[in-house]
Amino acid sequence: MNDMTQSAFANPRVIGQRTPRVDGEYKLTGKAGYTGELHAENMLYGYPVPATIAHGELESLDLDEALAMPGVVEIFHHRNFPKLHRSPNSMGHGDQVSEVRLPFEDERIYYHGQYIALVVAETFEQARAAAYRVGARYRHAEGAVPSLLDSDAEGTLIDSAGSSRGDPESAFSGAEVQVDATYHIAAESHLQMEMHATLAEWRENGARLVVHESTQGVFYQRNAMARIFDLAQENLEVISHYIGSGFGNKLFMWPHAVATAGAARELGRPVKVVLPRQQDMTGGGNRPASRQRIRLGADREGRLSSVIHDSMTETSLVDQYIDACGSATPSFYACDNLSTSQRILPVNHGTPCPMRAPGEVSGIFALETAMDELAVELGMDPVELRLKNYAEQDPASGLPWSSKHLDECMKRAAKRFGWDQRDPGIGAMRDGDEIIGYGMATCTWFAGRQPCEARVELRADGTLFVACGTQDIGTGTYTIVAQTVAELTGVPLAQIEVKLGETSLPAGPLSGGSMATATTLPAVAAAARDALAALKEVATGSGGAFEGGEADSLSVADGAFNDGQRTVSFADVLETSRLASVNGQGSAAPGDEQNQYSFRSFGAHFVEVRYDPGISRVRVARVVSTMDIGRAINPPTARNQVEGGIVMGIGMGLFEKLDYDPRDARLVNGNVADYIVPVHADAPEIDVEMLDYPDFKFNEFGARGVGEIGLTGIAPAISNALYHATGKRHRDLPITIEALLAGQ
Amino acid sequence: MRTFAYSRADSVERAAHATTPTAAFVAGGTTLLDLVKLDVMQPSELVDINALPLKQVEWLDDGRLKVGALVTNTDLAHHPAVKQHYPLLSEALLAGASTQLRNMATTAGNVMQRTRCPYFRDPSAACNKRHPGSGCDARDGLNRMHAVLGGSEACIAVHPSDMCVAMAALGATLTLEGPDGEREVPFGEFHRLPGDTPHIEHDLADGELITAITLDAPLAPAGSHYLKLRDRASYEFALASCAAQVALDGDSIGTARLALGGVATKPWRCAEAEAALAGQPATLESFERAAEIALADAEPREHNAFKIPLARQAIVRALREAARLAGTTQEEQA
Repeated sequence: MNDMTQSAFANPRVIGQRTPRVDGEYKLTGKAGYTGELHAENMLYGYPVPATIAHGELESLDLDEALAMPGVVEIFHHRNFPKLHRSPNSMGHGDQVSEVRLPFEDERIYYHGQYIALVVAETFEQARAAAYRVGARYRHAEGAVPSLLDSDAEGTLIDSAGSSRGDPESAFSGAEVQVDATYHIAAESHLQMEMHATLAEWRENGARLVVHESTQGVFYQRNAMARIFDLAQENLEVISHYIGSGFGNKLFMWPHAVATAGAARELGRPVKVVLPRQQDMTGGGNRPASRQRIRLGADREGRLSSVIHDSMTETSLVDQYIDACGSATPSFYACDNLSTSQRILPVNHGTPCPMRAPGEVSGIFALETAMDELAVELGMDPVELRLKNYAEQDPASGLPWSSKHLDECMKRAAKRFGWDQRDPGIGAMRDGDEIIGYGMATCTWFAGRQPCEARVELRADGTLFVACGTQDIGTGTYTIVAQTVAELTGVPLAQIEVKLGETSLPAGPLSGGSMATATTLPAVAAAARDALAALKEVATGSGGAFEGGEADSLSVADGAFNDGQRTVSFADVLETSRLASVNGQGSAAPGDEQNQYSFRSFGAHFVEVRYDPGISRVRVARVVSTMDIGRAINPPTARNQVEGGIVMGIGMGLFEKLDYDPRDARLVNGNVADYIVPVHADAPEIDVEMLDYPDFKFNEFGARGVGEIGLTGIAPAISNALYHATGKRHRDLPITIEALLAGQ
Repeated sequence: MRTFAYSRADSVERAAHATTPTAAFVAGGTTLLDLVKLDVMQPSELVDINALPLKQVEWLDDGRLKVGALVTNTDLAHHPAVKQHYPLLSEALLAGASTQLRNMATTAGNVMQRTRCPYFRDPSAACNKRHPGSGCDARDGLNRMHAVLGGSEACIAVHPSDMCVAMAALGATLTLEGPDGEREVPFGEFHRLPGDTPHIEHDLADGELITAITLDAPLAPAGSHYLKLRDRASYEFALASCAAQVALDGDSIGTARLALGGVATKPWRCAEAEAALAGQPATLESFERAAEIALADAEPREHNAFKIPLARQAIVRALREAARLAGTTQEEQA
């Protein structure tokens, strides 16, 4: 039975209720220990030395001055770093890494910021000072590729990332109305609050490795490190209790972690490395630049006859990363003739990696801008055009949607926004010096689930312990796990202890892909039920509080059992039977519903921009969004994800760009002053509404996940609004002041 | 760790005498500590001047306002005399940096702040300012942020201050104390053009300390406006900024003061444009003509040509606002 409308969570009391973060106090008071703040006894500090060229070879290192500096213990480099094995780098086997090349493998330099040495010293300041005094001579190689945006190369076609249906080429050439446009998006930095950080400690004479890492996936890192350091998985522990976000660049391990653990092993002392922001931005992941061509064919009534979406994104010289821009396109609109293709081009950057809504956010910018261009060609309202091509089932798979209310999203957001007040004329709406532009776009993100295990312990002191080896990357996972067990057991939140982020715990998923909620909670629920069943067995067993009673007749409320006559708390049940605790195990995995339905979240953004042509200034004044994400487990944190995504989308639309010097591929703006992201003053009035349609076909909680969708669709809504204001179509992101000036 | 000597100066005289060529004064430290951490500056000695009695703002008998070197940017921006008589300066200060930085940064420190040129801030890049004779990676590199006015073959780095742009327009005098005693330098002559020696940024000799900046007597009745154009709404250096002050004479412009930021290698007073505005009607045509004159000598590089039209826009809009406010002031006084 996949239709879970009879869900235990159909009428929840805690799930879906506004719940303060259970870890809020720890974060507010500084008790939450982030990796960079942790200290181990006898610990050393590492500071990586980055390559200052992007393409060539390290000819020689001059270490004399640095080695002689106070506190310096050792400097590791390609001649003295231990020879290790690479990770097989398999997603399926759980040992995927972000960059498969190990640190200090050889003297080749593939990108600016690649580590050429690691200085290890008694203090952080000593390590950094010595790192600055490491001399390096390079042999520059010709032909550094600074960016896809500066290149005419065709790249490599990735067959597995493309799709096709019908005859899109013929349909396009025969279409009454055509749009054929090319879009560029600059490479972006994740710029997560907390830098990459590793603390590695070898115990038991080097037989056991314990690693604290700011990671979105403790198990992936453990598995990869086990392969790299030739350890049994059991002898390796990865811990990540608190994480200052990641946006995808902490999904899989980077070379700094290998360098840290290798140094710690060689020196026999714990070593901590916290990347400086500059190195986080060169070698800690990025969203690759993209070039996309969209061709749309339609009839005069606006019915799409062809969609062709060809993309190319950057990868590095050391890895093959595919940022699949076209992955949402086949499911977007009802259209019989469609194709997507994906190419990748190696450039001299650190390896790109997933960044919030990877691929799709780029693809949706291109597709939803092209749809606006089509609406202009047709003289049709952009909302009407989208409704005209509404996909009532998933055109990619032919499966029915589990739950889709995108039409309602568009209509409700349009109403709150005042879309009917829009004068479609270019620049027709003015206020003083400013031209007002209204634009909209829709958005989507897939809903996925992974297998997951969890454990729940009911304790004689009245507390409940729940554990799962997933992570809380700042989104509120601790809280929704607590809500889940509180819902099922009635134990108050204050008496619930949640443990996440350790490989010693039952295996949990990556905190990524907006999948953690839908993956983790069903396993936690199963474990809670298992623990309740164990306790009922105790209660009704010999010497139990309800000795001789029927387990099935016991109802659960407020942390107690009731048999219709008496109420006995879990604690008293355990005490009565002289037990400290009972334990419940649970696991959950996606099932047959995956073959019956297509699962996606949807939404619509409406944006007002204000453009002052006299000073070439554009500001986003207002965003009104309605989201169809299934049920929000904790509405404030879910809303917060959408709002944060919207602000990030303003950055993508107007500001963010990693600038690589076209002469030598060096990153020029690797700091938070020169890499521009929105500040508070750029955050507009944001009005987010979340439809409450629990998706019980997906899981018993009805939750689809909400971490990424808010970002998708914002940039095209901005560019579409700007077109409405100015009549100039902006197809390249970010939309800079010089691009605005060029239109005047 | 790279060590340096640290001392606290307890008198201006001793501070000025105690220093060596590789020493640096530290007040707010908002530029210096950054650049030390980036390994761009390596002072052998830091002389902390925060205890010096240079925190006063006072009117002089001749109608000028004397601002102590250690008055913080926050205190200066909110000082009643500044808000009332030099609103241009207050606006410019508040357009710069962030609240936290303004709380630390001082008046003299703001004058002394270093460029944000990314090649200057990257020790592995060629930079004549950081390392004389090493070349300039900005000239043919990513120079979107760089100067279109006052540049040279050796350097096109922008002076990043907002406060200084307002001071350039208002007119001011720096008081310097050094081993050879006290001297005064007009604000416009303090910062140097890069020429062949971009590492020499100002007129300060070794051991000399700025002790005060005295603003010219306020121009009254006048209107003023500081307009800063940048990518995002706050906390970013200017792509182009304009400090404008206008005193009307009936419907015409009596006196105009104009300075630019974000586009030049030093705080950029536009004397010719000011002269061209005098006696002209306060109209867009006059403002546009002044903007043309102000940017007439601009020399763009590959990525910063947009700064020329952008600076023109900043001038026209700032003058328009200044003239509008001047008109209001004139009416109030009539």
